Amino acid sequence: MALSEAEIQTLEQHARDIRETIIRSLVNAGSGHTAGPLDMADIFTAFYFHILNHDPKKPDWEERDRLILSNGHIAPVLYATLAHAGYFLVEECLTLRKFGSRLQGHPERLRLPGLETTSGPLGEGLSQAAGQAYAFRMDEMMSGRTTSRHVYCLMSDGEQEEGNTWEAAMFAGKNKLHNLIAVMDRNNIQIDGNTEDVMPLEPLADKYRAFNWHVIEVNGNDIPAFIAAVEEAKAIAEKPTIIIAHTIAGKGVPEIEGDYRWHGKPPTKEEGERFLREIQNVENRM
Amino acid sequence: MLNPDAKLSDKIFADDIPQAATRDGFGTGSVEAGKADARVVVLSADLKESTRAEQFEKEFPERFIEMGVAEQNMATVAAGMAEAGKIPFITSYAAFSPGRNYEQIRTTIALNAMPVKICGMHAGVSVGPDGATHQMLEDIGMMRMLPGMIVISPGDAEEARKAVIAAAKHDGPVYLRFGRAATPTFTTGETPFSIGKALVLWKSDAPKVAILSTGSMSYAALVAAKVLAEGGVESIVLHIPTIKPLDGQAVLEAAKRAGCVITVEEHQTAGGFGGAIAEFLSEYHPVPLRRLGVQDMFGQSGAPDELLQHYGLDALHIEEKARELIRYILQS
Repeated sequence: MALSEAEIQTLEQHARDIRETIIRSLVNAGSGHTAGPLDMADIFTAFYFHILNHDPKKPDWEERDRLILSNGHIAPVLYATLAHAGYFLVEECLTLRKFGSRLQGHPERLRLPGLETTSGPLGEGLSQAAGQAYAFRMDEMMSGRTTSRHVYCLMSDGEQEEGNTWEAAMFAGKNKLHNLIAVMDRNNIQIDGNTEDVMPLEPLADKYRAFNWHVIEVNGNDIPAFIAAVEEAKAIAEKPTIIIAHTIAGKGVPEIEGDYRWHGKPPTKEEGERFLREIQNVENRM
Repeated sequence: MLNPDAKLSDKIFADDIPQAATRDGFGTGSVEAGKADARVVVLSADLKESTRAEQFEKEFPERFIEMGVAEQNMATVAAGMAEAGKIPFITSYAAFSPGRNYEQIRTTIALNAMPVKICGMHAGVSVGPDGATHQMLEDIGMMRMLPGMIVISPGDAEEARKAVIAAAKHDGPVYLRFGRAATPTFTTGETPFSIGKALVLWKSDAPKVAILSTGSMSYAALVAAKVLAEGGVESIVLHIPTIKPLDGQAVLEAAKRAGCVITVEEHQTAGGFGGAIAEFLSEYHPVPLRRLGVQDMFGQSGAPDELLQHYGLDALHIEEKARELIRYILQS
């Protein structure tokens, strides 16, 4: 079902709010990752404000969809989104990476409601999501009761270099886990440089097709297009789907867009103020 | 003398004492655990015959998951299944799981506090002809360092069966260590087992030495105690299947009563069972201590008994070490 113009504008406003919270929390933390959280703000918005069947007041609700964040280093966007979606107060985002905070440098499931797993070490999310999807399907077969639960796994392009990722891809393909939908943040950067220089990943779509996945490519910074891609993925009954979401690293702050050097560092206070203005200017342009 | 409360086998020192591998206890125990709880699932990494996971598959084909040769994926899929309400047992050789997938276990099972049961088969040199690559000697150390991880090394197939059932009921991660070779089944259905409890196998009113052992080494320790007693040397044998959490009270009592301790394990002495006992006693009751185990080296091909003898892990070596320690104490 197509989104109305007003709905799209509301979602885009959420994404800008989330980007602002990301910048504020990173400046306050003094360490952390900037580019990935910014470029994934649109996708996180699409999930938590439109796609997911979830309830911020009941984070342990059995029937919720599961969203596993595999590349845990983009935690600032997960925290900012959870806060804006109502899981906790937005102000708590300013405790990111501080002693005693529930918002650990990398997400820890036991510390904060709403987190589906602990992540940071790369290449492990897809397996866990596949395990959940497999278990839900077992439950359906054993109880004869169907469930609408989907399992989503958000991962980076860099972690496609991990062998564990492809073990998971093989397992999900073998078992035709149609209730598993993976999303790859194809922003083309990793810590040491551009992915194709560090370790060429292409042709990614062909690789996943060869592992018996349905593949969709989409602009990951276009919220309605991304939502449409997820709708298509949910309609696939025979295979797991991967959505290769082409994003622009650091999206929303023009001066750092596409620059791999912003993968793993936070803005200084001055940079942060400038970035916030740039996010606002983008808003003005729209 | 034998501890009657341990309700050990009637054939305890007979030549025809029944023999079975601890991995066989996994096979029967997993089926019992599966019958008791429909949430129990077993994952296998292309080794279902030798891990005995096929017994579970035969009984519950819909709850058996073949993962292929992919131990990292097996651990992480299990973490996801546990989050979704299952009680997964992951099975492979200990050299590969937890050997290959340690970080996956650390992050997605231990730090996540998921009730995944990691079953490491073919631990120790008694794997035999396969050689050093397959003879896991570091798993106890790796696993006991992980916060929240229970570590169990059953003494025989019967105790292994009970340990698997107990692990399924424990709401948290557990590491279970099993061997390939058939060893004497010295316990019985009546022998008490609970996680965290040590078991006195041989007792004495005036012990000169306490032999603390884990896994199938406990039978060798028992034979050594009998031979020592026949020569007039009294001892205690404390079998410690749960290495973590350690039964500190039982260890303390044995050390206090005997005044010196020998540990026996089919594992590196550094960081393993002997290491755990040494850490505990040096803090709470330092006594002269000797650790029998593999001494900072890898295994090799050979017959199981031949290898155990080579690495000093038989009744004769335990007996000699006990006499040596007692002499040392008398001289010092």
